[in-house]
Amino acid sequence: MSIMSYNGGAAIAMKGKNCVAIASDLRFGIQAQTVGMDFEKVFPMSDRLYLGLTGLATDVQTVVQKLAFQLKLYELRENRPISPKTFLSVVSNVLYEKRFGPYFIEPVIAGLDPKTSEPFIASCDLIGCPMEPEDFVVTGTCAVQMYGMCEALWQPDMEPDQLFECVSQALLNSVDRDAGSGWGAVVHIVEADKVTTRRLKARMD
Amino acid sequence: MATTVSCLELPKGGFSFDNCARNARLEERGLTRPKFRKTGTTIVGLVFEDGVILGADTRATEDTIVADKNCSKIHYIAPNIYCCGAGTAADTEKTTEMISSNLQLHRYRTGRPNRVATANRMLKQYLYRYQGYVSAALVLGGVDCNGPHLYSIHPHGSTDKLPYVTMGSGSLAAMATFEAGYKANMKKADAMQLVRDAVAAGIFNDLGSGSNVDLCIIGKDMKVEYLRPFDVANKKGVRQGNYSYKPGTTAVLSKSIKQIKYDIVSESVQEDMDTS
Amino acid sequence: MAMADIYQNNYMSMAPTERRFEPYAFNGGNILAVAGEDFAIVASDTRLSQGFMIHSRDHPKAVQLSSSTVLAQSGFEGDITTLKKHVKIRIDMYEHNHGKKASTSAIASMISKMLYYKRFFPYYVYNIVAGLDDVGKGCVFSYDPVGSYEREQYRAAGAANELLQPLLDNQIGHKNMEGDFLPLSKEKALQLCIDCFISAAERDITTGDCVFLHVIDKDGIATKEFPLRRD
Repeated sequence: MSIMSYNGGAAIAMKGKNCVAIASDLRFGIQAQTVGMDFEKVFPMSDRLYLGLTGLATDVQTVVQKLAFQLKLYELRENRPISPKTFLSVVSNVLYEKRFGPYFIEPVIAGLDPKTSEPFIASCDLIGCPMEPEDFVVTGTCAVQMYGMCEALWQPDMEPDQLFECVSQALLNSVDRDAGSGWGAVVHIVEADKVTTRRLKARMD
Repeated sequence: MATTVSCLELPKGGFSFDNCARNARLEERGLTRPKFRKTGTTIVGLVFEDGVILGADTRATEDTIVADKNCSKIHYIAPNIYCCGAGTAADTEKTTEMISSNLQLHRYRTGRPNRVATANRMLKQYLYRYQGYVSAALVLGGVDCNGPHLYSIHPHGSTDKLPYVTMGSGSLAAMATFEAGYKANMKKADAMQLVRDAVAAGIFNDLGSGSNVDLCIIGKDMKVEYLRPFDVANKKGVRQGNYSYKPGTTAVLSKSIKQIKYDIVSESVQEDMDTS
Repeated sequence: MAMADIYQNNYMSMAPTERRFEPYAFNGGNILAVAGEDFAIVASDTRLSQGFMIHSRDHPKAVQLSSSTVLAQSGFEGDITTLKKHVKIRIDMYEHNHGKKASTSAIASMISKMLYYKRFFPYYVYNIVAGLDDVGKGCVFSYDPVGSYEREQYRAAGAANELLQPLLDNQIGHKNMEGDFLPLSKEKALQLCIDCFISAAERDITTGDCVFLHVIDKDGIATKEFPLRRD
């Protein structure tokens, strides 16, 4: 078994028209045994910036704390909110520093630029290779399933409500075909003036 | 030396090996180490009459899955030097980024454009130091006061200086095209076509390479043309059905809205015109 | 293999190299079948590959077994060829012995037994049988390599089955969706099959070139082709 699938989990981010979506499942498991059903893998980093992390749960928590610390230092030093692109560099460098002894996590980033409100999504592999596509990013034990769903469902310029349905269906149907993730889901839709958080009804098996 | 590693510690620069012992122990317990994202790649370079052309495909893979359909593999090194990368994606990205920074400092120090030989030596010495564990296979091209130069750099630090080179999993397909079509002192248009054909051979015949052809042309006047994409060799098929959902399709358990205070940067009010 | 692997292989190490009998290869590709009320559709791509190499761009993975049955196969091409040959012979023998056409369910059951017969040196083949059953309804039978099989409404198998199965769950099974749904029409099923392969060709490197469709209904079996990306 891969270390990446020891605890299980899935996260996804998608770009819409003037909005982004980021979502994760809620399972926390130890190999095949499910231990928790309220383990959110998406973390708010600032007002309009969210970070999703999947992989080894201990590293998920460590890396979130590390990044939150770096982020606070940045905001104190610069006296302005961080742009998502800069945050991607921070994440990438934190991970690449551990090139030869990596954290077993794969991050996705979703947010709106604090100045221009430009939608932004990105992901890294576990040693920090950044990637910024214009449609969607997925990570976790059912990444392959989500690739299949998103390639069929995603379309450009989705409105927030449309984006919510798209990202939710992509996530729910993917986790149902993966034993390592599922047990509920949480979806954040980030717009310039508000963030809408929804908990989804899902199969609990 | 602190034995308890706080997560609230600022990095000192360079690689950190803090997790190595733990990771080795996890592997001892039978857990396997995950794969890194690779650029199973076709990258090529060619010297022509008036400079150097670099070419690359745009696919990044994780095993047999395409992770990025349009990634950029021609990296900036200096205003007159660019570099294609194959191998572990993070390594090519970060290695070229770091050498680029060091060359910028070198320019500040010397006050003149970098030479390609300098970039080549910095890259090979860095890669040799890591004994091939930094797995970056590079094609370095540029123009300096001595004219155009093209190097291929292997992950262990060996380099070749050649008029035309290919690297990556599609290197054989691309080299076959070069061997058939290369001539000394080619015209720019012919050279661009040959580089495109070489990368396209990799894209279509090697499963690790795919999507588009990127080109970077560095002329003898050190003028750079970065064409991304130069050729969209593959387009996504047009979907036959419609997959948008009716609102309310997904069942929601709870919903909460967090309002965000806007920083108003500027405000303008337009008043109605007086039409009386 | 990416460039880096070649360099990281320990071809310089002093350890003795172990040579083993490796009877299997994986030749990529993808198969998919959908059953409707009075029809069934089988879709397969036409790429045959091994590792990072393309062997053929024109090699459909589905074959017609009778006027109402199609067999789609993905896995190791050597085993596919052999199994297919044996299945065809056994169907001919059935027709000679019993003086009637073998039904889809009879063929399905026979393939299960042929697979289990090789339980301890299995055929490395993922099979899907689709067609019309005894009363003219669409049916799909899917297998594991050692013969466990089951009748279903839809199934994807092969290299990109993980990409496609959730989409079929959603679009045909209407999983995780609220509301009422119309029964699956032939047009919708055809569209979905093609779109599945468009998605798979985007993300799975072994899927591509062309998707080949068999549409089975009471009038017989019609075939269609649809081009995919070739990289």
